Amino acid sequence: MIEKDLIIIGGGPSGLCAAKTALEAGMEVLLIDRSPNLGGQLVKQTHKFFGSKAQYAKTRGFDIAKKLITDLEKFEKLEIKSNTTVTGLYSDHVVTTYDNHEYLRYQAKAVIVATGASEKFLAFENNDLPGIYGAGAVQTLMNSYGVIPGSEIVMVGSGNIGLIVSYQLLQAGVKVKAIIEAAPTIGGYKVHASKIRRLGIPILTSTTVKKAIGKDAIEEIEIVSLDEKWNEVPNSSQFISLDALCISVGLSPMHQLLSMVNAKTKFINELGGFVPVIDHHHQTSIPGIFVCGDAVGIEEASSAMMEGYLTGLYASNHLGKCHPNEKEMITHYENQLSMLRDGPFGIKTKVGLEKLREGNKHAE
Amino acid sequence: MLNKTGIPEKELVLSRFPNQKALLKPKAILECYEDIPCNPCSTSCPFDAIEIGPNINVQPHLLVDVCTGCGVCVPSCPGLAIVIAQIRGNDAVFKIPYEFLPMPEKNAVWDGVNRSGEVICDALIEQVVINKKQDHTAVVTVSVPVEFLHDFVTIRVKL
Repeated sequence: MIEKDLIIIGGGPSGLCAAKTALEAGMEVLLIDRSPNLGGQLVKQTHKFFGSKAQYAKTRGFDIAKKLITDLEKFEKLEIKSNTTVTGLYSDHVVTTYDNHEYLRYQAKAVIVATGASEKFLAFENNDLPGIYGAGAVQTLMNSYGVIPGSEIVMVGSGNIGLIVSYQLLQAGVKVKAIIEAAPTIGGYKVHASKIRRLGIPILTSTTVKKAIGKDAIEEIEIVSLDEKWNEVPNSSQFISLDALCISVGLSPMHQLLSMVNAKTKFINELGGFVPVIDHHHQTSIPGIFVCGDAVGIEEASSAMMEGYLTGLYASNHLGKCHPNEKEMITHYENQLSMLRDGPFGIKTKVGLEKLREGNKHAE
Repeated sequence: MLNKTGIPEKELVLSRFPNQKALLKPKAILECYEDIPCNPCSTSCPFDAIEIGPNINVQPHLLVDVCTGCGVCVPSCPGLAIVIAQIRGNDAVFKIPYEFLPMPEKNAVWDGVNRSGEVICDALIEQVVINKKQDHTAVVTVSVPVEFLHDFVTIRVKL
């Protein structure tokens, strides 16, 4: 058994930020990620980020990843295991890993779960035809490996990811034939929507995909209009020829490792699905096991970073190792976080977090 | 309409344009119509001409008299929602952000495009600036007939 102060599972924006503040507090940290590179989804984000200076606004996502990774280079008490899958988490803070045909067991004093989110999918006829992708896969192919997913594509979903990936597809020379959205209004930021619309790409709200058509791969889709009760409008079918369809209909928190330790979870629609119940210091119902980032509710990477910095501080404090500037930093990041959630897009998260905490003694 | 199509209503667009007299000098047009947590336009302005304040969800407000039309905010806006506009005789001259290949070249004539993505006029490329500070967002100076002042928003290579 290998002993560590703190094990952070997930090297995306939240995990990287948690590692930084915990290392500054003097903790010995093991950061584990299943990918070959750290940075999580940031490495595929070629657009400039929103927020303020504290969230590295107007910096492109992959450059933010570089910055967060560089921030960790100076720490000797950090061990990074990439290409490594966490196979088990136990309530006594044992973490098991598998990489390169090696199975290892670690004993941590505290654990931070920063596993992020997985994509939701959509049920429709023939949704398993080749050529139908999730938005994350499209970004990996296109932005990490330089491979375009098709030549003519339709995007399903007009949240920020759907809008951003559509723009990136256009930059890569792919013809985006339309963005369709089942809800009556566009889900993401209107500035993203406007910047695609002025490129001539129609955004069709109250519209969904009914069927994919094709023999060996997708060739065409049938789309239909939806009424205010989300029922199909009769005779509203249209057919669009294409060779790729991209699904971007939201994300679900990755709570599986926390379910493995029987951490209390709740289904909170506003946060994206099942999320672990946390106290005000991001501690789950299992003492010493913390969670931050999308794993505890879907938000922007800017919020995930702020939560990461905070959770690194909380976990250090839990082990009696206080950051020299703990108080000021907690105030600063808590203020940043509440400001990010202060606009109309943040209301969902605020409501979700209230629901998550209500009626939980451990969260008081 | 903006909510459903991504196309801002005409009144919304007009609300962000200073009067014709002010536009004899270049001014920033801030097409940010939604309270989102974001403030790089304000923090990047060397003249403090864009106000947002401590709550970064507030929409930016332009101090028209202070704005010099320098264009630093154009590539700083992550939403690519800022252009610089100026009236110059019979032309409207814009500085717009551009992130596509091929890049336009000086003196070329491209299509001028409106907020719905329709071609509305010819657009003469006057200058293309891309430097490190802009981080891969080119700023293109382009002129169109002045009657398209409120309609023109971007350029497209002629097919």
